[in-house]
Amino acid sequence: MKNRIPLSLRVPEPKCRPGDKPDFSALKLPEAGSVPRPEISAHARELLEYPFTLIRVLDAKGRAVGPWNPKLEPETLRRGLKHMLLVRVYDDRMYRAQRQGKTSFYMKSTGEEAVAIAAAYALERDDMCFPSYRQQGLLIARGYPLIDMMNQVYSNVKDPVKGRQLPIMYSSKEYNFFTISGNLGTQFPQAVGWAMASAYKGDDRIAASWIGDGTTAEGDFHYAMTFASVYRAPVILNVVNNQWAISCFQGIAGGNEATFASKAIGYGLPGLRVDGNDFLAVYAATQWAAARARANFGATMIELYTYRAEAHSTSDDPSRYRPADEAKAWPLGDPVERLKQHLIAIGEWSEEQHQAALAEAQEQVRAANKEAEAVGVLGQGNIPSVKTMFEDVYKDMPWHLRRQRQETGV
Amino acid sequence: MPAMNMIQALNSALDVMMAKDPNVLAYGEDAGYFGGVFRVTDGLQKKYGLTRAFDSPISEGGIIATAIGMGVYGLRPVVEVQFADYIYPGYDQIVSEASKIRYRSAGEFFVPITIRTPYGGGIFGGQTHSQSPESLFTHIAGIKTVIPSNPYDAKGLLISAIEDDDPVVFFEPKRIYNGPFSGHHDQPVLPWAKHPASDVPEGHYTVPLGKAAVVRPGNDLTVLAYGTMVHVSLAAAAESGIDAEVIDLRTLVPVDIDTIVESVKKTGRCVIVHEAPRTSGYGAELCALVQENCFWHLEAPIARVTGFDTPYPHAFEWHYFPGPKRVGEAMKRTMETR
Repeated sequence: MKNRIPLSLRVPEPKCRPGDKPDFSALKLPEAGSVPRPEISAHARELLEYPFTLIRVLDAKGRAVGPWNPKLEPETLRRGLKHMLLVRVYDDRMYRAQRQGKTSFYMKSTGEEAVAIAAAYALERDDMCFPSYRQQGLLIARGYPLIDMMNQVYSNVKDPVKGRQLPIMYSSKEYNFFTISGNLGTQFPQAVGWAMASAYKGDDRIAASWIGDGTTAEGDFHYAMTFASVYRAPVILNVVNNQWAISCFQGIAGGNEATFASKAIGYGLPGLRVDGNDFLAVYAATQWAAARARANFGATMIELYTYRAEAHSTSDDPSRYRPADEAKAWPLGDPVERLKQHLIAIGEWSEEQHQAALAEAQEQVRAANKEAEAVGVLGQGNIPSVKTMFEDVYKDMPWHLRRQRQETGV
Repeated sequence: MPAMNMIQALNSALDVMMAKDPNVLAYGEDAGYFGGVFRVTDGLQKKYGLTRAFDSPISEGGIIATAIGMGVYGLRPVVEVQFADYIYPGYDQIVSEASKIRYRSAGEFFVPITIRTPYGGGIFGGQTHSQSPESLFTHIAGIKTVIPSNPYDAKGLLISAIEDDDPVVFFEPKRIYNGPFSGHHDQPVLPWAKHPASDVPEGHYTVPLGKAAVVRPGNDLTVLAYGTMVHVSLAAAAESGIDAEVIDLRTLVPVDIDTIVESVKKTGRCVIVHEAPRTSGYGAELCALVQENCFWHLEAPIARVTGFDTPYPHAFEWHYFPGPKRVGEAMKRTMETR
């Protein structure tokens, strides 16, 4: 007789649910500055420990410490902080617009501003970004006009994508920001293809892409990692682990069994695990990966360890599945507060300057929004001509679309 | 002009385009060093180098996704999906991405890629090497679907597909790679060399997308077919004595409505033939188009001869395959209606 016991199915559960006291005591956070910075030429085999630690630069007192400190000029830090503030204020304003019925949908990036802004700072302006829906900071850091973002969110007559896309699905070739897809993860292997093309042409531009922790479970993640590794594509593959995929904690994507960064090991790629709320750490890791890609050493996967401080979208209510005050308990703090603390600590910023910068961001957003609302908000009818609905399906309109357009009388 | 079979003609199209345009490259499973399981990319790696014709991982999703990224960059990749039956892992990238990127970016980004894939039955390939999934693509706005039926068209259409700025799914009827197949599986197949369409120029030429060909003029009825079924329909016409006008659609989307309408208005009768299962097959669309455009000229119900609504069966290959007997019977029934 075989000794057989009944099998049992395990379904992972987060530690805390609504009503529980947030508890992050199990998180092992290495000291800021404690992780060495390898050469960009290091083979992935020499980097096997990086997926299991956490690259941090800013310590609890706001000091920049250790070998990953990118030693940015104070002026760069101030600009970065202002950009993060601008994203936060913009998000708040657009969220409110949705609640006011001026658009159908919105997604904030609150708590994750450093992920996009610091990456944009570390990349070149002509590097190609294949973002997910929560990297609006890339556009803002590259100076894309707020008014155009708002026109997109309002799907009005000046919407750069002509009212065709859900709000926040921006697109800008000029700003090297690929059209966002609502199908999660598809952009990850596309970015690899773009990077392969850049390498094929002997170009010097690299690609970067972002997905969330939940999306690592899609086949596209595996395709991207495989092709990036096989063809040594100059690409940075970012996994933004914000702990939550709508209502599912990161354990449902396998994050409790192994870190997301450690998935890189099996592909022979470096996997860096980075404090995503630490502007300097995100900048430094992106800079390392970009330099590595540019030197033809290939792709890097970066897990940006952060926390989605607010709802997934305007259609979501996180108080139904996680403790309402969990964001406040996040042990890695808030990216805006931490960079502010650092700038104050080094004597390059003050509370007064911060309030003035906040007021400036608010005024900038208020003015742009006034202008965008004057153009039109969703539901008011000030949309592009209906005949444009039939355009850009193909380069040239085929007969059947022309006939359908004629049937609608436009 | 040299006589080429369809494989040689497709290979020649790739050769011509890779010589002409450094942005054209070819890859897929076994498509590099080995030259593809059907040899369509044979010799390209040797001639153009490792980075222009190469092997890919077994990853249709990755193949198509990376091609999209390359297309967005400005290249014109031609990727091979080894069998159409394997295309489904890449389907999301075609349906959600390649087809919609131009639209959703208001024309800023576009995807000039060609996805080549052998399709169709008649080779005892069973259910995973015989499928005809064209209607899963013709339903998708933003992609073009092309199916050649002979070497000359195969080369000219493939060049057009590569030069086209929209994504093209290019189905290759693998049963007729080496010779036109009448559907009489018990008879020897003639090589392409005996067929006039094997006269294929060595250089660059195009067969335009969206244009059908009347491959057999006739007055009794119109047959709409593509791929292998063009040759089956021609055999059925010859054997039944019915003066059928056989139209080879060549491009399914955008379809050449003018040629279809002109013919059906002349004959008043229409038989639609495809290998794919009947329900929601491309024949349903053709049937609707003929009805919408030619209703007052029709003298008989439109007939469909198709594969059955079953998975493609192995041992029942010739029961499933719509051969000249079934096509001929449908033609006779259509003629009998007064």
